[in-house]
Amino acid sequence: MSALLEVAGLRKSYPSTGSGRRADRVVLADIDLSIAPHDVVCLIGASGSGKSTLLRCLNLLEPIDDGVITFDGREISDPLVDPRDVRREIGMVFQAYNLFPHLTVLENCLLAPVKVHGMAKAEARDRAEQLLDRFGLGAHASAHPDSLSGGQQQRAALVRALCTRPRLLLLDEITAALDPILVGEVLEIVRAEAAAGMTMILATHEMAFAREVATSVCFLDGGRILEQGPPEQLFTAPREERTREFLARVL
Amino acid sequence: MTDAWAPSARQLERASVERRRRRQRALVAAAVTVVVFAVAIVGTLSSPGWQRVQETFFSWHHMRAALPDIWRAFWKYNVTMFLVAEPLILAVGIAVAVTRHTVSPWLTPLRIVAVAYTDLFRGLPTILVVTLFGLGIPALQLTGVTNSLFWLTLVALVLCYGAYVAEVIRAGIDSVHPTQRASAEALALSRGQAMWHVILPQALRRVVPPLVNDFVSLQKDTALVGVVGVFEALKVASDYGNYHFNYSPMVLAGVFFVVITVPIARLTDWLSARARRREWGRG
Ligand SMILES: Nc1ncnc2c1ncn2[C@@H]1O[C@H](COP(=O)(O)OP(=O)(O)OP(=O)(O)O)[C@@H](O)[C@H]1O
Ligand SMILES: [Mg+2]
Repeated sequence: MSALLEVAGLRKSYPSTGSGRRADRVVLADIDLSIAPHDVVCLIGASGSGKSTLLRCLNLLEPIDDGVITFDGREISDPLVDPRDVRREIGMVFQAYNLFPHLTVLENCLLAPVKVHGMAKAEARDRAEQLLDRFGLGAHASAHPDSLSGGQQQRAALVRALCTRPRLLLLDEITAALDPILVGEVLEIVRAEAAAGMTMILATHEMAFAREVATSVCFLDGGRILEQGPPEQLFTAPREERTREFLARVL
Repeated sequence: MTDAWAPSARQLERASVERRRRRQRALVAAAVTVVVFAVAIVGTLSSPGWQRVQETFFSWHHMRAALPDIWRAFWKYNVTMFLVAEPLILAVGIAVAVTRHTVSPWLTPLRIVAVAYTDLFRGLPTILVVTLFGLGIPALQLTGVTNSLFWLTLVALVLCYGAYVAEVIRAGIDSVHPTQRASAEALALSRGQAMWHVILPQALRRVVPPLVNDFVSLQKDTALVGVVGVFEALKVASDYGNYHFNYSPMVLAGVFFVVITVPIARLTDWLSARARRREWGRG
């Protein structure tokens, strides 16, 4: 099957902060990744290993230093590609939710479908309300995000990303800061999306979840994909010593 | 559900201590206030020159005599100008602030104009701009340009205050966290859409207090148009003063200016408190 998203030799660095002329800090290097439709790829790795940065690079929120990103057969790392065309097809949920505080939950969910995808307001509203109901947020549609609990905000962010019917979903540690019951709820949603055939890349610290839902797990270490494989193999018989150490610490 | 709670003995004791402390605090506040104001008032009234000051600045007779003219001028110029200028200033301020945040190469000349405009009009004394517009432009004898002092001086005020307000709004825009823009862009909104639907609304909410400040200041500065001979309230009052050697009407005009700004301040306080309650779910 041809890949939906392909990454080859991706490299990303940030200018060094602070005084002095130090070399740029390389945050991602030699990233190769191939994701087929309906894959669920989990990125695992220590804090600071570059998971969030990789996700942001994939929908062109960060300029990259080298490498090629191909989405649906088209090179999107080409400077002549309009990032908006790419982002219309890719949904993203940020580690910190990033809902728009001045809009209600429903308005948050309508903004992109109506303004970007040109959906009729009524149609967009129907879909948004349906999704909000499904995720147990029906009663909160007209509330502002800051008056919701963390778990509710998290689900609202997921709904907002799903409202545009993306073909690829990037989820950044969407269960961080949730209690175990809420983690269960959110993961249930992700599992349902996966079962419905959504392609997803998610950064996560939930090893149990990764093991259950992932078709493939990538272990990032210091900005490199050190090891990649199906969860049964990576979690039970990792090839690399570093992977073993990391898993020993988190499991 | 029946709630069988009755306050415990300890809670009742605590409540009575609280009540006692509240009474003491109220007593202290009242006593200090009365003493301070009494000293200030007695000090002023017993000063050797009070009689003459009262005659010149607080004469009831002269105030009443000038009241109708001042009242008419106040509504005709100060209030009308304020009401017309305020939305224009807001529009100019937003346009300039947003222009400075654009990145398109086609808009480079506009960006340069925006920067030059804010630097220039923020620095120039307002009274100079009003004079230049009120006296200079009619002197050019251009066809098709109004000679109405009302509109010329209004434009001068809009330009001066637009520059201030633009900077206030720009600060508001800069204060919105970059993740909000990232989030909007991840939803494929264009830069313009992100600005208009996501960043600007949040920015404006944050800068309401300094904006109100500028608008109150504008209300006062409508008195500046008097320098080119527009008979606004203060000009009418000072004219009366020069004629009758009594400045009480100017104090009266001052009272008008103060009184009209109070409702503006209360209204915006109320509006922003309501927005805060809605968005944060708390006051
Ligand atoms: N805007 C930035 N400027 C400079 N350095 C950055 C920036 N964003 C991230 N970094 C650095 O890049 C590295 C990778 O960060 P990233 O957020 O991708 O880690 P992560 O794997 O998502 O970690 P976590 O599990 O804690 O979310 C970190 O060392 C971080 O300090
Ligand atoms: Mg992260």
